[in-house]
Amino acid sequence: MLDDVDRRILRQYQAAPELAASDLAERAGVTPSTLTRRLALMRQKGVLRGVRGVIDWRVLGYEVEVSLRVTLDKTQARAFDDFIAAAREVPEVLEIQTFLGQVDVRLSVIARDMGHYQQLYRERLLTLPHIADIEALMHVARVKGQETLPL
Amino acid sequence: MIALDEIDRALIRALSEDLGANAGALGRALGLSQPACWRRIKRLREAGVFRGARLDLDAQALGFGVTVFLGVKLATKGRVSLEDFERAVSAIPEVQTVEHVLGLYDYRLRVVARDISDFERVLRRRIMTLPGVGNLDANVLLSEERRPGPI
Repeated sequence: MLDDVDRRILRQYQAAPELAASDLAERAGVTPSTLTRRLALMRQKGVLRGVRGVIDWRVLGYEVEVSLRVTLDKTQARAFDDFIAAAREVPEVLEIQTFLGQVDVRLSVIARDMGHYQQLYRERLLTLPHIADIEALMHVARVKGQETLPL
Repeated sequence: MIALDEIDRALIRALSEDLGANAGALGRALGLSQPACWRRIKRLREAGVFRGARLDLDAQALGFGVTVFLGVKLATKGRVSLEDFERAVSAIPEVQTVEHVLGLYDYRLRVVARDISDFERVLRRRIMTLPGVGNLDANVLLSEERRPGPI
């Protein structure tokens, strides 16, 4: 299990994932060699899986982001498996989440513009299998997006 | 919009997995010299292709067993300042993301908690007391998959 030192390191690391190791060690109040050893151990244990670059899709020309909330036809035994397998085939789908609640599956979808979205929606998304109901939330702005854990 | 060739796309894919990847090793994999690879990475970073870095942590292993997506509808639109709501909700440590959306809800929140009773505490003490909160819709996350996207 993790101790307070590990948590302190992760807290600082989360807040500034691109900080130089020496600065991170200083902020976490440990020596650089402790930092290296602790991070290696946490990677080995699978607690720390990596540092991912978060793509700004707008810079790559994708202006539209939509959250599609899907209710599936649960009388079909393979509804979840079939739907998810088909959704994986659509490159513009960034996230696939399943839920316990009113919504069964949520897809995060990006498109170049509204015309492109309309085309995707009709040709690739509405045609996904076993959809009982679908509703869209159009993304306006990201107010907070660091996805940090309250360690 | 930044122009990308196939090598740039491969680099973006690799960096979205591991932002700290070594330019020499990446270059070798793509048939580039270390300086050439480094120059390409620098160009991508300067164009803002990555809006940041995210630590990929095993939330479960760190004691956060529950993730809930909350749809929030503001009760008194026009009378509550969006800025006040956004500031207050962003300050809650358990709230990982805040997105302003158009559709059935005004905001979409991603909330982490240790377990369901911890989630209830966050919901009652911190979220339901936010200025202007009206309807809430909660969906408990069961599984999540992030896709590489159209790159």
